[in-house]
Amino acid sequence: MTTNWQSWLFWPDQPALSLLVLVLILLPFMYASRSPVHSLIHSVARAAANALRLASRWLRAGAEELRHRNKVMLLAHAEEEVGERLARDFERAGDIVRRDLQDFPAVSRKLKDEVTRIEEDFRLCGEVPPPPPDWVDAVESVSQIKSGGTEMVQGILEEIHKSVHKIHDKAVAEFRRSYENRHKILRSLLPHWRAAEKLTGEAEAKLLTLEKNAASIDAQMAQYREIANRTDKAEKSLTHSSFVRFFVAGLVMLIALGGAFINFKLIALPMSEMVGASDYLTGSLRTSEVAALVLIFVEASMGLFLLEALGITHLFPRISSMDDRMRRRMIWISLTLLIVLAAIESSLALMRDLLIADKQALIRDLASSSVQAAQPTDRWLVAIPTAGQMILGFVLPFALAFVAIPLEAFVNSARTVVGSCLVLLLRTLALVARVLAGACRQAGRGLVMLYDIPISPLVLAEKAIRGMRTNGVAPPRAAAPRRT
Amino acid sequence: MPRRTVPLNRLLAIGVLALAVPACSTYDHSHAVYMLIDTSGTYSAEARRAQTIVNYLLGTLQPGDALAVAKVDSRSFSEKNIIAKTTFDRRPSEANNQKRAFKVAIENFAQSVRASTHTDITGGMLQAAEFLNETRAGNKTLLIFSDMQEELEKSTVRDFPIDLKGIRVVAVNVVKLRTDNVDPRRYLGRLEWWERRVRAAGATDWQVINDFDHLERVVALR
Repeated sequence: MTTNWQSWLFWPDQPALSLLVLVLILLPFMYASRSPVHSLIHSVARAAANALRLASRWLRAGAEELRHRNKVMLLAHAEEEVGERLARDFERAGDIVRRDLQDFPAVSRKLKDEVTRIEEDFRLCGEVPPPPPDWVDAVESVSQIKSGGTEMVQGILEEIHKSVHKIHDKAVAEFRRSYENRHKILRSLLPHWRAAEKLTGEAEAKLLTLEKNAASIDAQMAQYREIANRTDKAEKSLTHSSFVRFFVAGLVMLIALGGAFINFKLIALPMSEMVGASDYLTGSLRTSEVAALVLIFVEASMGLFLLEALGITHLFPRISSMDDRMRRRMIWISLTLLIVLAAIESSLALMRDLLIADKQALIRDLASSSVQAAQPTDRWLVAIPTAGQMILGFVLPFALAFVAIPLEAFVNSARTVVGSCLVLLLRTLALVARVLAGACRQAGRGLVMLYDIPISPLVLAEKAIRGMRTNGVAPPRAAAPRRT
Repeated sequence: MPRRTVPLNRLLAIGVLALAVPACSTYDHSHAVYMLIDTSGTYSAEARRAQTIVNYLLGTLQPGDALAVAKVDSRSFSEKNIIAKTTFDRRPSEANNQKRAFKVAIENFAQSVRASTHTDITGGMLQAAEFLNETRAGNKTLLIFSDMQEELEKSTVRDFPIDLKGIRVVAVNVVKLRTDNVDPRRYLGRLEWWERRVRAAGATDWQVINDFDHLERVVALR
């Protein structure tokens, strides 16, 4: 390499001088080819910039198309989901109306009866006791008669006095009885009031529930309208909720994975008793471990089918579209299989405990000088972990069955999340391509300037000569067209 | 509106393929161990120590593995020299029962061991190779519990090449003889001679292990 480089030097022992001479020789050529080299640099830079700008545009268009498709998919899915929710809310409201408000006329009639009874009683309460008889006035007149000490008059007056007293007592007794009756009426009014109040309260509560449902339906309707109108607000809101759902479902699935791992640990060892411990499916994967995994997957699948048949999830349209009879059969079949698998797992958990105990006994035997019987331990202490494992083995399959719900949410939201991420990626790439296009243009200009630096004396000389030719008057510079 | 289907069948197919492709590997994980116990002369007293190694092997070997223990006496190329041999059942519970029975057999041997006049290690190795090759195990190990001092009867012929291809040979508890103490070169030379012979026979490895404290490190079966 050194020899090749030195072959360009006129005097290899004086490289600086040689280089200077070489540059001096090259300068006229560089000056002469200035214009084509400038054009070449510009065209290369422009070609690269244009290609990058084209790529940027293409990426932006792709991102936009993807966003549009995501939007269409998202809105269609949301429309369907909200529609279903609305239908369910309407159904619920219909149920409330049927259940609570269909007997509203009867309640109203009952309320009217109560009110009529209260009014009647109120009217009865308003009845005043009979006024004192007219003869009281006569007695008053008689009482004003001056006796004049006559015995006869005295006697008459006394008789009158007695009669009046008698009548007075009778009137008072009558009056008291009358008041007593009114009190009784008032007392009997109390349950009617209470009944009326209760009926009113019940009606109010029912109406409040209905109102709440109506408000929920209103909100759903508003959302449905926005989705149907394909507004950006609806899209943003749905995308946001998709992200939230994606992460929540992912978290729940991670927890479920933890459960599956524990499940696996519970049944992997006893599985070797069933399928053998010495068979390997891959380099490091035992057949017994694969069998345990398969058992867990089968349990999860049964759970998936069960929830699907129950109509909780909608991952398999074929199951959703089955008639009720078939779905009921499917529910029973999957539930039965799930229970059987859970029972198997529970017994495997028990077997695991026995195997571990046997292994420990063997190790004890090997460590000791002679074969010994296993040391008896407290039965309760031994039974607790065994029972715990068995219960865990039975419960975990059912817990895993519910993983279908977050799985569905995860799958549905993943589409939006992945789509959004792709859009973001495409936009970022478009931006990068655009920035690179600008950089290419600038690099072209920079290279042109760099090229002009060594030949600047010649360029200046050219300018001076041109100036002299035009008698020192510089020609007006036309505005150069701006390169884009 | 029609529901959108999830390509679960595709995912399942990929999963099955992912499992099936590596499943094509035919590597056999099983182990077969053949242990020779030297019963010649004063070394017969070491039989008790051999029990420790056998117990360690019983604790380490897995269901499906094979183990045989044979004694080295005047002429060792014979099935009669095998004290106990078994291929452990694939079921762990049954394998544990076999291990217990194996341990009892070795204990009985250790109690009734009689010193032999000569030491035919080569014959034992030939017998071991036969057994190990018959097991068709993926990993074959030959443990030689001996001082590696071969003393053959005059009529016994063992000076021919032996075949130990695919077998890992481990010499355990190679005690120093009185003459080795006088001239250690004899001991080193003896080990060197055996290594050469074993490697020439096609053994995959040759090791000498005298430390019993860390058997899990020195008898690395897995």
